[in-house]
Amino acid sequence: MAVTETSRRTPRPLWRHVVLIAAALVMIYPLLWLIASAFKPENAIFNNLRLLPEDWVFDNFTGGWTALRVSFTTFFANSFIIAGLAVVGNLVACSLTAFAFARLNFRLKWFWFALMLGTLMLPYHVTLVPQYILFLHLGWVNTFLPLIVPKFLAVDAFFIFLMVQFFRGIPREIDDAAIMDGCGPWRIYWRIMLPLSTPVLATAAIFSFIWTYDDFLGPLIYLSDMRDYTVPLALRTFVDSTGVSRFGQLFAMSTLSLVPVFIVFLAFQRLIIRGIALGALKR
Amino acid sequence: MASAAETLDRKVDRRGPASPPAVEHGRLRRALQRNGPGYLFLLPWLIGFFGLTLIPTVASLYLSFTDYDLLTPPRFAGAANYAYAFNYDDRFWSALSVTFHYVFWSVPLKLGLALGLAMLLDRGVRGLSVYRAVFYLPSLLGSSVAIAVLWRQVFGDQGLVNQLLALLGYQGPAWITHPDYALSTLVVLAIWQFGSPMIIFLAGLRQIPEDLYEAASMDGAGPVRQFLKITLPLLAPVIFFNLVLQAIDACKAFTPAFIISGGTGAPIDSTLFYSLYLYIEAFANFRMGYASALAWILLVIIAIFTAVAFLTSRYWVYYEDEGR
Repeated sequence: MAVTETSRRTPRPLWRHVVLIAAALVMIYPLLWLIASAFKPENAIFNNLRLLPEDWVFDNFTGGWTALRVSFTTFFANSFIIAGLAVVGNLVACSLTAFAFARLNFRLKWFWFALMLGTLMLPYHVTLVPQYILFLHLGWVNTFLPLIVPKFLAVDAFFIFLMVQFFRGIPREIDDAAIMDGCGPWRIYWRIMLPLSTPVLATAAIFSFIWTYDDFLGPLIYLSDMRDYTVPLALRTFVDSTGVSRFGQLFAMSTLSLVPVFIVFLAFQRLIIRGIALGALKR
Repeated sequence: MASAAETLDRKVDRRGPASPPAVEHGRLRRALQRNGPGYLFLLPWLIGFFGLTLIPTVASLYLSFTDYDLLTPPRFAGAANYAYAFNYDDRFWSALSVTFHYVFWSVPLKLGLALGLAMLLDRGVRGLSVYRAVFYLPSLLGSSVAIAVLWRQVFGDQGLVNQLLALLGYQGPAWITHPDYALSTLVVLAIWQFGSPMIIFLAGLRQIPEDLYEAASMDGAGPVRQFLKITLPLLAPVIFFNLVLQAIDACKAFTPAFIISGGTGAPIDSTLFYSLYLYIEAFANFRMGYASALAWILLVIIAIFTAVAFLTSRYWVYYEDEGR
């Protein structure tokens, strides 16, 4: 009986590692294939099973960077401007809202809170068309505004919910002491809440960045001038215009487009994993 | 605390219109003092809620009963959009069927894989953080256009999959362009992103007390029985959470189908996801009224699914604190 017990706790570690390593290889292989192909000459991508290039070429990167009418410098700049402003907007607007829900008392608070949770359930399809009509009338189509302004109006209720949960965990005694010292709500928010909330603010910033950077539907609908394109839109244009002989360049640009998210992942792995484990965040 | 404050408010209210102006003024000031900061902090959200969520939602419902092409004003059409969708529109039914098949295959397989690997990783594997990172990475990258582009080539005519099949002596089909196989490539892409439910499962497994397993193996229960009698029931709320979340998410999928089919749902509408069809109707055909009707049909479907899931969950999801 003692034998069965120990075998349950560490059931054949070697066997377990073999399965895990095999699974990890299968998972990661397509990504390795993508990266390796980016460094191969065109004719070696599809007709050769060797993963690593026989001779490493960098032409795909230099050629791909300027393959479209507008260079990828512009596309990356656009992506970073939009994602950066979206991060700022989400942090400011969602934390203000969350502070009101977590700490302030006002009439109809629970009514608004329930409505805010309700918007979590609403599929984006429902507001897609009317929002487009609204932004069209405002003259915002073909600008970055439809992709940025909503973030400054706390449309991503996910982050509000996450921050409310975190703010509630901060002891109220700290607020009470500050109120005794004559602090108003603004100073409590700015001087006490935000500095104590860096983990949740960082989590929200990371996911805002990744989701906005990856967003495809929004730019697809609102941006039609190639000089305004974000990286995902540019890649899609690349696919449409790719003749038989430019897959190397396509792979090179795809690889580069993944680099920012990958760096964020490496830098903030623990925060990301904890954010997912909390269950408040999808993906 | 909040309710006490509110009853106080109401009492003050009732003195209402009869009060002399001075009292009225003081009352207003007190109400402002009490509620002002809260609403000031809430202001950005309130503008967004009304301007970008509530009013657009109502507008969408109205538009769904009209013909609207953006150029001429909306023309009221009664329930014609809905009638057309259900009675005449084959593409609508294709989109529903494709989306249903996608959810039906991708979600259980993804969750099964996620649970299996979470159990392998549970209880002290050496190198846990490395495995976890490798398994999670595709989830994080997977929704990007770059990965969809990659997938198109992995399953391409001479792509990675067919190269490997050729090694085994099989001639693989043209996965992406064959109507029988195109959707399955998207299902595989979804399964490949099992990392995030796996992390949630890992967190759930940690909550199960070790001594339950020890007691069970004392009583001679094998691994299968331990899984069925301990792991599965105690993990049920987490499984339920993942199931609902992933199913709703899969209903909304757009980018991979758009990229892999070149924005059309090809071949023969076999990858025409519901979101993709809605996009085509709205932004390629400019049938804004019809697209709004499609959005409301989806909203109702998701609402019914969620409601049924939650209402029936008490019969098949075991909650620990039930009956207390």
